[in-house]
Amino acid sequence: MSAPQSHLETLPRGIQIVLALGVIALAVFPFVGTDFYQQMVTRMMILAIFAMSLDLLQGVTGLVSLGHAAYFGVAGYTLAFLTPEGEAVSLWWTLPVAVLAAGAAALVIGFFVVRTKGIYFIMVTMAFAQMVFYLFFDNRVLGGSDGIYINFKPDAGLFDLENKKVFYYFTLFCLLAVYFFLRRLLWSPFGRALAGIRVNEHRMRAVGFGSFSYKLTAFTLAGALAGLAGYLWGAQTGFVNPELMGFHQSAHVIMMIILGGMGNFAGAIVGAFAFEFMLELFKDLPSIGGFNVGKHWQMWMGLFIVLVICFAPRGLLGLLQKLMHRKGAGNE
Amino acid sequence: MSEALLSAKNLTKKFGGLAAVNDVSIDLWRDRIHVVIGPNGAGKSTLTNLLSGDLPPTSGNITLGAYDVTRAAPERISRRGLGRSYQKTNIFPTFTVWDNVRLAAQSRVAQQPWNPMRWFQSAAGDARVNERAEAALELAGLTGRRKAIAGAASHGEQRQLEIAMTLATEPQVLLLDEPLAGMGTAEAERMVELLLRIKPRHAMMLVEHDIDAIFALADHLTVMVNGTVIASGLPADIRADRGVQAAYLGEE
Repeated sequence: MSAPQSHLETLPRGIQIVLALGVIALAVFPFVGTDFYQQMVTRMMILAIFAMSLDLLQGVTGLVSLGHAAYFGVAGYTLAFLTPEGEAVSLWWTLPVAVLAAGAAALVIGFFVVRTKGIYFIMVTMAFAQMVFYLFFDNRVLGGSDGIYINFKPDAGLFDLENKKVFYYFTLFCLLAVYFFLRRLLWSPFGRALAGIRVNEHRMRAVGFGSFSYKLTAFTLAGALAGLAGYLWGAQTGFVNPELMGFHQSAHVIMMIILGGMGNFAGAIVGAFAFEFMLELFKDLPSIGGFNVGKHWQMWMGLFIVLVICFAPRGLLGLLQKLMHRKGAGNE
Repeated sequence: MSEALLSAKNLTKKFGGLAAVNDVSIDLWRDRIHVVIGPNGAGKSTLTNLLSGDLPPTSGNITLGAYDVTRAAPERISRRGLGRSYQKTNIFPTFTVWDNVRLAAQSRVAQQPWNPMRWFQSAAGDARVNERAEAALELAGLTGRRKAIAGAASHGEQRQLEIAMTLATEPQVLLLDEPLAGMGTAEAERMVELLLRIKPRHAMMLVEHDIDAIFALADHLTVMVNGTVIASGLPADIRADRGVQAAYLGEE
């Protein structure tokens, strides 16, 4: 192909089928998997929502944020503050409030950061996230370095989120809702303009697009969706601490997107699952002699990501597409 | 004569101590092509960038229709009815030709990125946008190439696309920075034909080097050297001007 390669925005039929099979597998998993794995997959789905929210910035708009975990954490903390010590609190108002809080934080911070470009954008998003991190880390009122327990899962009324299987399906529902929302948005006038800003912001302004308001809206929306993931995380684990908004969390979610493939949201899901799966795999590596291999999982993860980038620059989804394409061409 | 659509008075742009554009005034009228010529480094592209808002002037002012746009952002100037093309091809290379033009046309309908309604609409299904894009594509002669990836199209086609995107924003005033650059004779002739076709509805400023095209198109000719206008008037008068011949035309 001589044309410059773009993101895999349009998902080929083959990949759509694979994704549909994946959804079916997720839907039946609670009936075959043990409790432990069900919890793990729930966590993967939450991180997939988080990764999709960042993909709106990184893959679609071309804004690499190194501080996206701040909004994830803000929503988790919002749930923690709203949940009383002795009883559950309603899902139906705490979820919107947490998502709005994360969105509001992103709107305020975004107002300053989307004016910057490239490396400066990366640095400024990181700086703001570190500020939020230390705000919580250093203040006992906000939980301090120990964090806060959330003793009860939110009360949904119609269904019982304390039931792990119900929580699993609620998370799966959120995952699908966010995915279809973002896929729709990708092909909307708003989504096309964001893609235009990624490819050539200068020309976008010359034909009359005020790129600032587009980028700020995308930043706010991405923050709000990260908030949805953070809320679910807080509810699932029953615990929030400053690590949720830390640098590592922000870096991991970037790696997830790169691993899966950017700009189409499906890659973000695949990347989040693959990242968490590999992480568990590496952490479980046995000791060899006196050397604890599993303890150094970050090293193996780094190596793995480097390999994927070298051999599949468009991520696992891009690799899959390439393999299918080759196979398809061979059959003709 | 009616009011000029675009009127720039005493524009100066200094980069450090160097005046890239020095006290230049220019008026653009509908149905007239104003060609700006001059040797490399004369300040033609800087002048274009000042008028389009890509650069803020150091001093002077610019009115577009009824509005003062002297320090306005490029997107505002674009929405006030000024379209420009670039000397160095400036497109969306990974998009198809159609998506390039469609996106440019999309800027003319209510944008409102913060409006959730706009997140659910289908960009491809907006009939008003498609109509504008289709018209611009046809004018630029690219109807048959809509599915090509813009970055893989030929140089001439990319130049045509550059014009099509500009036309898709339905501007009143057109600034074209060397639209013929790097084109073959046949392609250049087609472009001259296109410019003459769209001339009646636009006020146009053209920066150009191609002498044949200049005299085929120009209603008004301005010669710049070292940031300063050394002559401005009817093409025939400029041609006879000895100072201009020495500075520019004589080099040919």
